[in-house]
Amino acid sequence: MKYKSVFDIIGPIMIGPSSSHTAGAARIGRVARSLFGRKPKYATISFYGSFAKTYRGHGTDVAIVGGILDYDTFDTRIVDALTIAKQEGIQITMSAEDAVTDHPNTARVIIGDENDKIEVVGISIGGGKIEITELNGFALRLSGNHPALLIVHNDKYGAIAGVANILAKHEINIGHMEVSRKEKGKEALMVIEIDQNADEIIINELSSLPIVQQVVKIHD
Amino acid sequence: MFRNVAELIELAVSKKCKISEIMIQQEMDVTGRSREEVLGFMDRNLKVMEEAVLRGITEDVRSHSGLTGGDGKLLQTYIKSGKSLSGELMLDAVSKAMATNEVNAAMGTICATPTAGSAGVVPGTLFALKEKLNPTREQMIEYLFAAGAFGFVVANNASISGAAGGCQAEVGSATGMAAAAIVELAGGTPSQSAEAMAIALKNMLGLVCDPVAGLVEVPCVKRNAMGASNAIVAADMALAGIVSRIPCDEVIDAMYKIGLTMPSALRETAQGGLAATPTGRELEAKIFGIPLNEK
Repeated sequence: MKYKSVFDIIGPIMIGPSSSHTAGAARIGRVARSLFGRKPKYATISFYGSFAKTYRGHGTDVAIVGGILDYDTFDTRIVDALTIAKQEGIQITMSAEDAVTDHPNTARVIIGDENDKIEVVGISIGGGKIEITELNGFALRLSGNHPALLIVHNDKYGAIAGVANILAKHEINIGHMEVSRKEKGKEALMVIEIDQNADEIIINELSSLPIVQQVVKIHD
Repeated sequence: MFRNVAELIELAVSKKCKISEIMIQQEMDVTGRSREEVLGFMDRNLKVMEEAVLRGITEDVRSHSGLTGGDGKLLQTYIKSGKSLSGELMLDAVSKAMATNEVNAAMGTICATPTAGSAGVVPGTLFALKEKLNPTREQMIEYLFAAGAFGFVVANNASISGAAGGCQAEVGSATGMAAAAIVELAGGTPSQSAEAMAIALKNMLGLVCDPVAGLVEVPCVKRNAMGASNAIVAADMALAGIVSRIPCDEVIDAMYKIGLTMPSALRETAQGGLAATPTGRELEAKIFGIPLNEK
């Protein structure tokens, strides 16, 4: 079953006009913001496929910037997101790319400040649901059908066990899990799809593990 | 968990309860949330729908492209003139469905039912029926759960995406969902809800998704209008005792298979249908500032 909840059908509450091109775009931007963890100084956004062709008309541009400002799909400030970003000193660069991607609704978002930056590739698969397909060069397959945890950690023994133990203690079941790294012994990424949304207590507990650098949750 | 309409109806009949109640209980089971929480979430969605309808029929809503806005309000004025041919309830539903989609096109706040492009049909019919049937707030919330139950079956067995299945999957699904919910609100049986859904969806089969300039405006707003009127007619037919010769689940399956054979030019790519008409292309060029010969 692709859809589990009645609120996938009657919902989400959102700013129009398109669940895929507006609500989905806002969610991609917001995941990037959550992953970065703070307000960025700049954002470079590239649109591909249908996003590239119709982003102005669909408000995909304001929606994705709204997401970067940490606004949810229903936040009316999305409409003025470009102006607000400018006021808050976030430099926005946007481009429509010709390159052909696997999915017609694809966006690449690079956000950062003087200290750090992250790069996220997201696709909008319909009805406001999204998938993240790339994070800082790590290829992901985050379905977007379940709540998920993205955990950046040191590529070292015990990382998976430590995380799994905490989830087990809180009776959180893992539906799907992937571990990837760019280089042995350096930074690694754990992507864990879980059956229910993880609350703040669990996130804090996971974050406090010495081996864990960063924890980001993606809600259902 | 019900997987199709037949199982949904069987559950409602065996438990001697409404379809909405089956959906509420399933939501509680799946999410582990309490009844109050689940009803509370839906109440919040209902509030958003109510505000969108009100905004669309009272304010001068305009989309950024200028293609849509103001028709829901125009129809309300016409209804008040007393000259309407198709009746007040029907036109009120049509007006409120368009109002919702006009607010959507203008980047207003709406609740996707089941998508943003088809967000007018379910609330449009509900807020028109409210005037005639005087439902309680609780009954209005139940209406959304009943609609959601049928949408849930369509989403899992066919599609609710225009890019995947054409407009039949969006406005078609919304129309079937509304027809079924109207029957429940009007006191019909669970089986009659299924008949209404089948009748409504049958009349939406083959509907393509061909939005001008790729925007959720033309013809989406007026398709929601026709979806709302279709839903009311189908509900009345089912309440009168008319049954669909093709069972509801088979109609849903037919919709899915039609979607699979639909060319991509007619599935939300703005390459065919109304989007590819001379006027459609002209509007597109004007909105995006691209010369026509580069299309």
